Amino acid sequence: MTLTRRGFIKLSATAALTTAFSGLGFAAKPTKGTPGAASPAVDRIAQLKPEWSKQTTTNCCYCAVGCGLIVNTALSGTKRALNIEGDPDHPINEGALCAKGASLYQLTEGTPGMPNPRLQKVMYRKPYGTKWEEKSWDWALEQIAKRVKKSRDASFQEKNAAGVTVNRCEGIASVGSAAMDNEECWAYQAFLRSIGLTYIEHQARICHSSTVPALAESFGRGAMTNHWIDIKNSDCVLIMGSNCAETHPISFKWVTKAQEAGGTVIHVDPRFTRTSAKSNIYAPLRSGTDIAFLGGMINHILENNLIFKEYVVNYTNASFIVGKDFDFKDGMFSGFDEATSKYDKSKWAFEYDASGAPKRDNTLADPRCVYQLLKKHFSRYTVKNVTETTGTPEDKLLAVYKAYCATGKPDKSGTVMYAMGWTQHTVGVQNIRTMAMVQLLLGNIGVAGGGVNALRGESNVQGSTDQGLLYHILPGYLPTPTAKEKSLDEYLKLITPVSKDPKSLNWKKNQPKYMASLLKSFYKDAELSQAYDWMPKLEVGQNNSWLVLFDKMLAGQFTGFFAWGMNPAVSGANSNKTREAMTKVDWMVTVNIYDSETSSFWKGPGMDPKKVKTEVFMLPCSVSTEKEGSITNSGRWMQWRYEGPKPLGESKPDGEIIYELANKVRELYQKEGGALPGPVLGMNWSDMGDGHAFDAHKTARLINGTYLKDVEVKQPDGSVKVFKKGSQVQSFADLQADGSTTSGCWVYAGSYVDPDPKKGNRAMRRSKEQTPAQAAVGLYPNWSWAWPVNRRVVYNRASVDLTGKPYAPQKPILAWDATGKKWDIDVVDGGGAPGAIHPFIMQTHGMGALFGPGLNDGPFPEHYEPQECPVSSHVFSKTLHSPTALTFKGEKHSVCDPRYPIVCTSYRVTEHWQTGLMTRYQPWLLEAQPQMFCEMSEELGKMRGIKNGEKVILENGRGKLWAVAIVTKRFKPMLIQGNVVHQVGIPWHFGWMQPKDGGDAANLLTPSVGDPNTGIPETKAFMVNVRKA
Amino acid sequence: MSNGKSFLVDLTKCTACRGCQVACKQWKKMPGEKTKNTGSYQNPPDFSFTTLRVVRFSEKEMDGQMKWFFTPDQCRHCLDAPCKTATNDPDAILIDEQTGAVVYTAKTAKEDFETVRGICPYDVPRQDKKSKVISKCDMCNDRVKAGKRPACVTSCPTGTMNFGDRDEMLKLAAKRLAEAKKRFPKAQLIDADSVRVIFLTADEPNLYAKNLVADASALPGREGYTRQELFAALRKPMRNILG
Ligand code: SF4
Ligand code: SF4
Ligand code: SF4
Repeated sequence: MTLTRRGFIKLSATAALTTAFSGLGFAAKPTKGTPGAASPAVDRIAQLKPEWSKQTTTNCCYCAVGCGLIVNTALSGTKRALNIEGDPDHPINEGALCAKGASLYQLTEGTPGMPNPRLQKVMYRKPYGTKWEEKSWDWALEQIAKRVKKSRDASFQEKNAAGVTVNRCEGIASVGSAAMDNEECWAYQAFLRSIGLTYIEHQARICHSSTVPALAESFGRGAMTNHWIDIKNSDCVLIMGSNCAETHPISFKWVTKAQEAGGTVIHVDPRFTRTSAKSNIYAPLRSGTDIAFLGGMINHILENNLIFKEYVVNYTNASFIVGKDFDFKDGMFSGFDEATSKYDKSKWAFEYDASGAPKRDNTLADPRCVYQLLKKHFSRYTVKNVTETTGTPEDKLLAVYKAYCATGKPDKSGTVMYAMGWTQHTVGVQNIRTMAMVQLLLGNIGVAGGGVNALRGESNVQGSTDQGLLYHILPGYLPTPTAKEKSLDEYLKLITPVSKDPKSLNWKKNQPKYMASLLKSFYKDAELSQAYDWMPKLEVGQNNSWLVLFDKMLAGQFTGFFAWGMNPAVSGANSNKTREAMTKVDWMVTVNIYDSETSSFWKGPGMDPKKVKTEVFMLPCSVSTEKEGSITNSGRWMQWRYEGPKPLGESKPDGEIIYELANKVRELYQKEGGALPGPVLGMNWSDMGDGHAFDAHKTARLINGTYLKDVEVKQPDGSVKVFKKGSQVQSFADLQADGSTTSGCWVYAGSYVDPDPKKGNRAMRRSKEQTPAQAAVGLYPNWSWAWPVNRRVVYNRASVDLTGKPYAPQKPILAWDATGKKWDIDVVDGGGAPGAIHPFIMQTHGMGALFGPGLNDGPFPEHYEPQECPVSSHVFSKTLHSPTALTFKGEKHSVCDPRYPIVCTSYRVTEHWQTGLMTRYQPWLLEAQPQMFCEMSEELGKMRGIKNGEKVILENGRGKLWAVAIVTKRFKPMLIQGNVVHQVGIPWHFGWMQPKDGGDAANLLTPSVGDPNTGIPETKAFMVNVRKA
Repeated sequence: MSNGKSFLVDLTKCTACRGCQVACKQWKKMPGEKTKNTGSYQNPPDFSFTTLRVVRFSEKEMDGQMKWFFTPDQCRHCLDAPCKTATNDPDAILIDEQTGAVVYTAKTAKEDFETVRGICPYDVPRQDKKSKVISKCDMCNDRVKAGKRPACVTSCPTGTMNFGDRDEMLKLAAKRLAEAKKRFPKAQLIDADSVRVIFLTADEPNLYAKNLVADASALPGREGYTRQELFAALRKPMRNILG
């Protein structure tokens, strides 16, 4: 008998107790005891009641799913947050949170009973200093302002070498930040541009910069086309270049819903992941061969005539005739200049008819039409060529093609979810372009359950990009002026495209209004021409993107550097180069929640503090739960967050720091004068605060736009409406070119339409009211606000035929009300009756682009090997690498190098985020993923004598790091051109600082090479060696 | 007594996002543990006094097909909790009449831990070395009684974690099982008639985790019995008593 006697006796007691005991917990008084489940020390339920705590809503500060949370903050005592959990009313997450979101409490408060590891004081490290010193805010901001002024005055250029006004300061560089609210981003770029900076970069460059030109070239706008909830409407979800179950975990709520409704989920990835585990089809591929894989899909579609013909003819440029100068031979397009490694893109132009409209052949038979050229181009992408390149087994490849291409039927839709697996390559833009083309061929753009969904990975990286925290764009994607556009008129001409096709709305022809409104937002009291004059200007073709910035820093170009809400010592490719570059600046300001590998780079591995001159100001900022403002999620929803607890310790919201620093700099210029004080003093700080303190609402109203005088606006029905000076602009359609309106970012016009936040701040909206048709596709038009003009699915006009009939009547996203003469369900893309205009209104000629002549590396995608690769040739052409890729002199790359024979890729895990700075200090996350690891196949493990759990060394010519081996069946060796190729993968979240035994940055191994369009580094495919430690 | 509450844990949907693992700690403000990577994603490696919920990972290759099984593991809140039978003090382990939650109190410190742990068909209870208090998941009984869902259930994005009146959950279990069978012929419900936390697996339960099914065979002194038999043995006299 195995049961103890005592056990038997107890049985009766249990039974008796079960009936006698009448309840637990509810009104239970707080009892003392050991923390743990058994005896709660506090009554957590009582704490949530309004008598004890205030309740505010917020959105997760990690990835850009934008999950909603509820924060309870104690009304008395500590006045700190008591509980932070998912908001069950939020339509995207419905209360759910992944490991990161669920730990927002710990980010704010640390672990109860232990000191909060957050940075709570201003710290200073003097040149050649060996330790941090505590300082006051006043002292630090004054000192920083002095250094800004000194560096600016010393390096400011009013005119360039040719004598053209450029008004720029190239002695200071800035990176940051997608971790700030929209209003803070706007204020920050305003500050940087007012002092003349052109080296303005941030996370967007290194994560999704390739998305913007790829999608803009294809469809007109650079953002995720649909939104999270819409994924549920899909018949086939292709997850490729993303591992969304791990990286955007709540997105999988909607992927699961699509699957439950009968949809097929496909995962294509070098490694079998948590996403693969839930997919219907998993297909492996070698890292860096996505164009081959998708090019094969295009070939499959064209060979088997699976296109959605009506859509392709009416809504894409398939019928356009391409000029005679276009040619493609052996991996090279026509127009290549060996000397500059650049293409002359004029060689790829379309032919135009006498009226100036593009020539078309709607039968698609003309051998020079896009459709025929496309067919020819991709005919080389046979199953054999593809599998030899990608290593994907043929049956898997065909299974994916078959399942996905079935969505070419008019009433079916397929969607793609992608992220860094596509963007971070020297062919990053073209990876995305290839899929955009697949989607156009299958008629999957603008429809419910379709689109090309760029999964943004930082809570406000969409917003920070919209607000123009990048060297090449101003807020609202207006190009940064160059020395070529000497006057405002010349600039306006550049941004006013012309189309002679009467059906093309050519929306970008309105851009002069947006620029005028932007200039007025910057310099309200200046004439437009003066304001334009003050804008810092680039040289023509000047590239100031991330890799170039750090290359120049290493060369000693900058005396000052801001790393605002970023950790470049871990996030930048080629970390050793990045870290060394920081030793070359005189002063550096870091703003963050924790001490980081960047702030403390001077005492990092291999550094001798006594030899590092850089003076460092480390400023503590508050976390997202402690401030107010908006962020924009991946689906373009602008959501307002509220202040829960007050900023911890001496930390301040970024907006306040920016505002106060700008004030100090202005004071200095007021007092002392200096290089061109005009833009510094003229910047419109009064509309971002009260002169002393930053105000998120005021800034949000400025971003939306305001009337500067009484303006009469003609309404669509012909009547005239007068808008009073000082009132809010209602939509970007109302913006004026004459300087009578402001709008800090035209795509946000319509977000804050009344000075009263309750009435006018649409980002605050929390109504789930919707029509049955809207509910059927999960549109939630009254929850928050989406740019542009609250349109939830962009290009939705392509979801209906020329008569306005939805192609998918079972899930319409748009419906034409013939009697009311209006569109229902979503906000239509472009006005007018069905068939009146082409659907892609942001494209000059109104069409989705199968042929994209605006990109730097070719109008069609083409397979090129990563700059570091395991082969010396490939089957598609003799051109091994992208001929236009961004590279740096003197840096070597491994091609078929026996010393570094293994393909390596980097990625995220669910439990950490980005450089890990905001997750590595959190025990709840760190316990789940405590250390750097390296995943590898059992075959490679055997070959190298590495057992699961053992320490290994990864190394290449740039760096070396240790990791714990995860030897797994989830990675498999691949057969590439008849040879076995091994792949390994490492997460990029670790850094030497915290935890002590966590390992260092994956980016120590990644090369500084970039995409020719955006300079995004190729951190997803590079070569290493792996050995036992 | 009504039929109380139950969970349906539909493992065909779990992505191992570990939202639930952290949400549990957040609600209870329990500290993180110092862990090491041992060649697996699973961490903390097992339940502990401060880890009442852990997501288990299990990799298998079957017929050339890769599978990765995820088990968000917790106390099953047995209908007739064997652990309670192993205690001397009737207040050490309480059964909430309304919800059926099996709740450990600070008085477990006076009980024999090995007996309590040893009798658990799923090897769930863990002890604090210092205070000797024993702990495990308490069904978030405080939340449930205040009309909220348990923290782990609220946190789950995929529909893996479901919670409600037992009758409802049994109905849902039957429905989900029928759906799951279409894609996974071996789908099954685990110990549905004995526990309040009912797992739905896509495949044989032993592929998921060691203690997914009640099993006593590995326990010292109980070699002759499966945990299921143990359950049955326990339940018989209890039923007799209750009539
Ligand atoms: S990290 Fe992303 S998926 Fe996870 S809770 Fe935050 S917003 Fe949601
Ligand atoms: S019910 Fe509560 S205590 Fe139990 S595992 Fe879930 S969150 Fe933890
Ligand atoms: S929250 Fe849900 S999906 Fe995530 S690990 Fe837990 S049970 Fe699985």
